[in-house]
Amino acid sequence: MSFNRRDFLKIMGGSAVALGVSGVVLEGCKKALMEAAKRTNVIWLQAQACSGCSISLLNAIDPDIASVITQGISLNYHQTLVGGTGDAAVSVLENAVKTQRKDFVLIVEGSIPTKSDEYCTIGEVDGKYVGAREWVRELGKNAKAIISAGTCAAFGGIPGAKIRETGDNPTGAKGAQDLFKGKTVVNIPGCPPHPDWMIGTLVDFLTTGKLDLDEYNRPKKYFGRTVHEQCENLPDYKRGRFAKSWGEKGCLYLLGCLGMDSNCDIPRRKWLGGVNSCTGCGSGCIGCTEPVFPDTGSRGIYKHLKADAGEIMKIENADIRTAVLNLKNGGTING
Amino acid sequence: MARVLIDPITRIEGHLSIELDVQGGKVVEAKSKGDMFRGYEKILRGRNPVDANQITQRICGVCPVSHGIASSKCLDAAFKNKPNKNGMLLRNLVLGANYLQSHILHFYHLAALDFVDIKAIVNYKGGDAKLLAVKEWVLDEIKSKKGQPDEITTAAPFLPRYEGDFYIKDQTLNVDAIAHYLQALDIRLKAHKMVTAFGGRVPHLMGLVPGGVTQVPTRSLIREYRKNLKEVEEFVNKVYMNDVIAVAKAFSEYFKLGKFTNMMSYGLWDKDVDAMKFTMERGVYVDGKLKALDTSLIKEQVRYARYNSGSDLHPLKGQTEPDPHKGGAYTWLKAPRYAGAGMEVGPLARVVVSYLSGNAFVKGEVDGLLKLFNADLGAVFSVLGRHTSRAIECKLICQEAKVWLDELEIGKAPRSTYEIPEKGEGEGLVEAARGALGHWIVVENKKIANYQCVVPTTWFCGPRDDKGTPGPVEQALIGTPIADNKNPIEAARVVRSFDPCIACAVHVVEGDREIGTFKVC
Ligand code: SF4
Ligand code: SF4
Repeated sequence: MSFNRRDFLKIMGGSAVALGVSGVVLEGCKKALMEAAKRTNVIWLQAQACSGCSISLLNAIDPDIASVITQGISLNYHQTLVGGTGDAAVSVLENAVKTQRKDFVLIVEGSIPTKSDEYCTIGEVDGKYVGAREWVRELGKNAKAIISAGTCAAFGGIPGAKIRETGDNPTGAKGAQDLFKGKTVVNIPGCPPHPDWMIGTLVDFLTTGKLDLDEYNRPKKYFGRTVHEQCENLPDYKRGRFAKSWGEKGCLYLLGCLGMDSNCDIPRRKWLGGVNSCTGCGSGCIGCTEPVFPDTGSRGIYKHLKADAGEIMKIENADIRTAVLNLKNGGTING
Repeated sequence: MARVLIDPITRIEGHLSIELDVQGGKVVEAKSKGDMFRGYEKILRGRNPVDANQITQRICGVCPVSHGIASSKCLDAAFKNKPNKNGMLLRNLVLGANYLQSHILHFYHLAALDFVDIKAIVNYKGGDAKLLAVKEWVLDEIKSKKGQPDEITTAAPFLPRYEGDFYIKDQTLNVDAIAHYLQALDIRLKAHKMVTAFGGRVPHLMGLVPGGVTQVPTRSLIREYRKNLKEVEEFVNKVYMNDVIAVAKAFSEYFKLGKFTNMMSYGLWDKDVDAMKFTMERGVYVDGKLKALDTSLIKEQVRYARYNSGSDLHPLKGQTEPDPHKGGAYTWLKAPRYAGAGMEVGPLARVVVSYLSGNAFVKGEVDGLLKLFNADLGAVFSVLGRHTSRAIECKLICQEAKVWLDELEIGKAPRSTYEIPEKGEGEGLVEAARGALGHWIVVENKKIANYQCVVPTTWFCGPRDDKGTPGPVEQALIGTPIADNKNPIEAARVVRSFDPCIACAVHVVEGDREIGTFKVC
C-alpha cells in the first residue's frame, strides 16, 4: 500500500502536540511508513505466554492500535486478534513455511519450552500437533528479522524462572534467541513491554534496517539508562528520604526497589499516556526488563531484608543502614 | 462420525483446541484440550510469599488484576491480615476497571468476528473518515496482494476466516459493528487507564500488595479515573448494550445453544474488609437449587488430565505430577468439581446467582431483557445469556465505581501493614471477569511451601472427571448444529461465549521427560 505524505500526516499527526515522549515513535512511524511505502508483514507467535505483551500492544496510543494494524503493518497472524480460527488461522503459518516466504518480520511472545514440544503446541498440520518451538524455528529461518516481545521471549521470564529446590526449570523455558545461534534476535523485554518500545523498535528497524543494541540485544534508545537515573523519587533518594512502608512518601529503595539494577525509561515515559509509573505508584521497580527477572541475585522480586541482617550491615550509606536496622517491621519488607 | 478439530481456538487468551464428533450435522461428543503449560506453582515454591502477588499476575495478561487480588487476599488470610477500607475500595476500583476492558474486549474484539461480516466494509458508502480508511485499506490489500506470495494474508488479521453463510446480512448492522469495533479499541484503553491510575500500570499491576495497594489515592488520580469512567459508561449504556441486543436479535437461536446449568459464584465487589458481603452474591446453583458456597467441597480430578498424582484433592493439598503419555488423558487441564459436580463460572453464573438471591439491579436488567426477547429465565443458560450477562455487569460496575470513588479517603494510607508468619494457610477468592478464581497458599518458614490456583477456565474448559462426566464446555457443545464440518463456526461461537483464558487454566508440570509426537486420536 502506498502512502502519500499528506494522507499520512493526516492519520498520524493529529495529536502530535499531546505526545511528549511518544513523539519519538511518531516521527519514526511517519518515516517508516513513508520510506518503506508498503506495510510490512508481521507474524506474531505466542508460545508460553500470558498474552500480556499483546494486551500491552493494544494500549498503544500514538499511533493507536487500529492505525498500526491497518496502516503500519500487516498483522498476518496473531492468535488473539485473527478473524479466522482453527485451520483458517493456521493456514497462514503453514503457507509461510511451505512457500518459504521471506517477506515478514517474526515477533515472538512468550518463552519457548525446550524440554519437550508438548509443553506448548499451536495447531495441527497433517494430523500432527506442532510445537511452538518448531514454528519459531521454521518461520525464523526465513524471517527478515526476529523480534522478541517481552521478557519471556527475550530471556525466559517467569516461565523460565528457577525452581528453588532444584535450580532447574519445569519446562526448560528459554528465550527465542536460544534457538538461533549466530543470528541476532532483537529483544524488547519488559513484563509487559511498553507499546512505544515495541512499535518504536519495529519502525526503527523498518526505516533504517539496523538498531543500536546493548549487550542483551535491547535497543539502547529505550534501555540505555537505569530506572534510578530517571526516577521521580531520585530527589528523595538524594536527600535520604526513604519510605519505610508502601504508601509512604519517599524513595522506595528500602522496600526493595530494583531501579538501580534495571534499565528502562518508564519513570519518564510512563504507562498509558502518562497516567502513572512503576516507581511513581509507590511500589518500586521490580526489574522486569532484566535477564535475571524474576530471580534478581537469587533474591526474587521483593526483598527479605529481615532475613538478611548481614547484608544490611554491608550497606555503605550510614543513614540507609540505620533506617533499615530501625525498621520496626512496618510490615512491608518482612520475610 | 466425523472428527472435527478446531485447533487453535483463536481470539481467546492462550492455547486451546476443541475436538468434536459430529453426527448428522450435530455435535455428539466434544473434548476440550489445554495445549500449553509453564509450571508456575512449582516456580512459586520456596519463594517469599509476597512474590506471589507479582508472579501469579503473570499467569494471565488479560486478568492479571484478578490474580493479583486473589493472591493478595490469599496472603492476607495466611498472614491473618485484612485490607483497610481504602485498600478494599482501591482493589474494587482496579478490578472493576479491568472488568470493563475485559468484557468490552471480549465482545467486540474476540467474539464479534464470529457474527459480523467484516467484508461488508467494501460496500460502505458513508462518509465516516475512519471507516473510509478501513475500506480503502481492504480494497488496497485485495488489489496489491493478488497473485503475490503473501496473498493469503489479504486483510489480515481479519481474513482468512471460516467462509460460509454465517454472518450478519444487514449492511448497516455490519458497518455499525465495524465502527464499534474500532471505537471499542479506544474505550478499552480508557478502562485500562483507570486500572493504571491506582495500579501503576497494566497489564501486571505494580501496586497490588497484601493489605491493599501501594498508590495513595490523590485528587488528580481520582479525576483521571472519573473522566475515563464517564466515557466508558456512555459507551456501555449507549453502544455496547444495544449491540449485544442486536446480535441477540439476529442470532436468536443462540438462546438455545451452549446450554449448561450448574453455576457457581464466589461473590463480587467486596462491601466490607472481611470480604463476606458482596454487591453480586456468592452461591452455588445446582440441580435447580441455590445453595451457600462451601469451598471445602472443591476438588480437582485428573483421570483424563496428563497427571499421575493424586486425584480428587482439595487445592490446599493439590499435587501435580505430569504424565504426558498417560493413557486416555487428553489435556493439561485438571477437572475441578464442586461436591462432585462440574460448574460453570463467569458472568452468567454471577448473574444467575445474583438474580436468584434477589439482587434488585440484576433482576431489573435480566427481567427487562427477557421481556424484550419474550423469553423465560431458561433462555439465559445459553451463548447469548453469557454475552448479555457481560453487558449487564458493565452497567453495574459503572454505577458502583462512582460510589467507591466517593468513599475513598484522599491522601490516606492505601493499605494495612502485615507480618509474614512462620507458618500459615490461606485461601483467596475472587471473581475474574471470566469466573471464580481461587488461590491457596501454605506458608512454612516464612516461605511458600505450596501454592495452588484453581482458575475459571479449568472450571469450564476442564476435561471429563474421574467418573467420565464431561466438563461444562464439553457438555455445552453437545447438540450444537454444524452446517459445514470444515468451517465449524457454530462450535467456535459456543466455546468463545465462555471467554476461555487458557494460559491460566494449565497446571504446573514437574520433571523433564522428553515426549515423542503425541496424537490423541
Ligand atoms: S525509588 Fe528506586 S529508582 Fe527511584 S530513586 Fe529510589 S531507589 Fe532509585
Ligand atoms: S520501571 Fe522497573 S518494573 Fe517498571 S517496566 Fe521498568 S524495569 Fe520493569
